[in-house]
Amino acid sequence: MRLTLRETLLAFRRAPLLSALSVMTIAFSLFSLGLFVLVAVNIRDALQQVEERVEIRAYVADGTPVEALAAALGDIGSFPEVARADGISQEEALERARAELGEFRDVFDAAFLPASIEVRLKPGFRDPETVGAVAARIRTYPFVDDVRFGEEWVRKLYNIRNLATAAGIILGVAFAAVAIIIIGATIRMAVLARGREISIMRLVGATDGFIRRPFLLEGLAKGVLGGILALALTYFAHSLISRTLVATRFFDERIILAGVAFGALIGLLGSAVSVGRHLRRV
Amino acid sequence: MIRFMHVSKEYARGGLALDDVSFHIAKGEFAFLTGPSGAGKSTILKLVYMEEFPTEGDVRVAGVHAGTIRRGEIAQLRRKLGVVFQDFRLLEERTAAQNIAFALEVTDAPRANIATKVSRLLTQVGLSSKANALPRELSGGEQQRVAIARALVNDPFVLIADEPTGNLDDRATRGVFQLLRDINAAGTAVLMATHNLELVRRSDYRVIEINRGQLVYDSAEAAADAAVDRSTPA
Ligand SMILES: Nc1ncnc2c1ncn2[C@@H]1O[C@H](COP(=O)(O)OP(=O)(O)OP(=O)(O)O)[C@@H](O)[C@H]1O
Ligand SMILES: [Mg+2]
Repeated sequence: MRLTLRETLLAFRRAPLLSALSVMTIAFSLFSLGLFVLVAVNIRDALQQVEERVEIRAYVADGTPVEALAAALGDIGSFPEVARADGISQEEALERARAELGEFRDVFDAAFLPASIEVRLKPGFRDPETVGAVAARIRTYPFVDDVRFGEEWVRKLYNIRNLATAAGIILGVAFAAVAIIIIGATIRMAVLARGREISIMRLVGATDGFIRRPFLLEGLAKGVLGGILALALTYFAHSLISRTLVATRFFDERIILAGVAFGALIGLLGSAVSVGRHLRRV
Repeated sequence: MIRFMHVSKEYARGGLALDDVSFHIAKGEFAFLTGPSGAGKSTILKLVYMEEFPTEGDVRVAGVHAGTIRRGEIAQLRRKLGVVFQDFRLLEERTAAQNIAFALEVTDAPRANIATKVSRLLTQVGLSSKANALPRELSGGEQQRVAIARALVNDPFVLIADEPTGNLDDRATRGVFQLLRDINAAGTAVLMATHNLELVRRSDYRVIEINRGQLVYDSAEAAADAAVDRSTPA
């Protein structure tokens, strides 16, 4: 184990430029992936907050009998998607409007504001399709004048999130492919540079696995290093955005670990492919 | 220990290098492999340490057959043989002691006694004072002694030497050859390819002569034939 470690360090010292290049490409691969994942994660957060507020508001025609309203509330409350349904009277609506609008509170008169049914959905039923479906069902009550929900921009946020995820994956994979190729080239150079040493190792009875190990470890180390570098870059970008544009949340440990592990995988894969191919030639 | 049975070897590019060669090297034996350049001596040695494989016939070394050995077993076989070359093949950036230790480090040798083993081997080849010298700071003869010490790390049953004195002057040649004799006297078989007929003539070891890929003379068979001739008068 100590020997393998020593060999790995030696590899970095032998080809510092190429080693740095491989680490950088892995870092950029993960950085571009990281940026888009960051966007996706934050949009998801925003969506969650929006979703929690997503409510369907059904405006009730004036003069609707209280019994009919109560029956409808019971009905809607028992929909499988619905968490709760509350009736808001004209007076309550006025109360709220005043609280929210502060200095204009005197402008309002109870008569301006219709009574309404406020519907909150259960988690997991807050995507645009379900919201639309429930809204349509509520619309069928004859005394319901109008149904509103944040249809347009819920849908937009969803689309942005999907786009960000897709872009991140595509760019990340592209960079990962480049990283694998560059790592492969680095390992190939390393194998050729150490051809003499490898042939002597073979001669004295070192196993293929033993000969391969330092190269694999080299790839792994570069991958982990690239992952950490990418993390630093992403964090830097994150704090820059947070300071200048909008406050954003950084990754949790799970995503951080997954990112570094992905880097390690890229490094390992690049060197494994290359070592397998070139060891037989020396 | 080493048995060639009707071995032919044809290189993909280069034609027939060995043609129906058969011989047997016994445990603890010393045998020269002679013949003109390009005869096939190095090819025979490569077949012994299984860097090459026969096109026809079978090579058997320490119980394993060239025809059935698996890739993973070759490393195990190599640990039972020592190989030295004309060009020494030492690692330039490592000292004499490190070159010897290297062969132990890259096999599964127990770490604890590497240092003692290396110093014992250096003493055996007469280089205990040069342990920390780099190859370029050593004479050709000294470098070959380091290579021999490295070949001996795993107590091989046979030492395979491909023109070990090819790059050495007379004095160094005599020294290295004496070392090989000592190693053989201690029980290790030696199979040595050489152009140096002077060495061959001065010792009475077995001689196998190759010419154009064919075994043209084997002193062991010649002696056996002579014995047969004497015991059965015409
Ligand atoms: N890898 C190879 N590919 C093709 N031909 C080869 C290869 N190695 C050796 N040969 C050919 O096989 C023949 C025998 O070569 P070999 O090296 O065994 O000769 P040798 O007796 O060791 O010669 P020398 O005394 O010059 O070292 C030669 O004709 C050589 O050109
Ligand atoms: Mg030769």
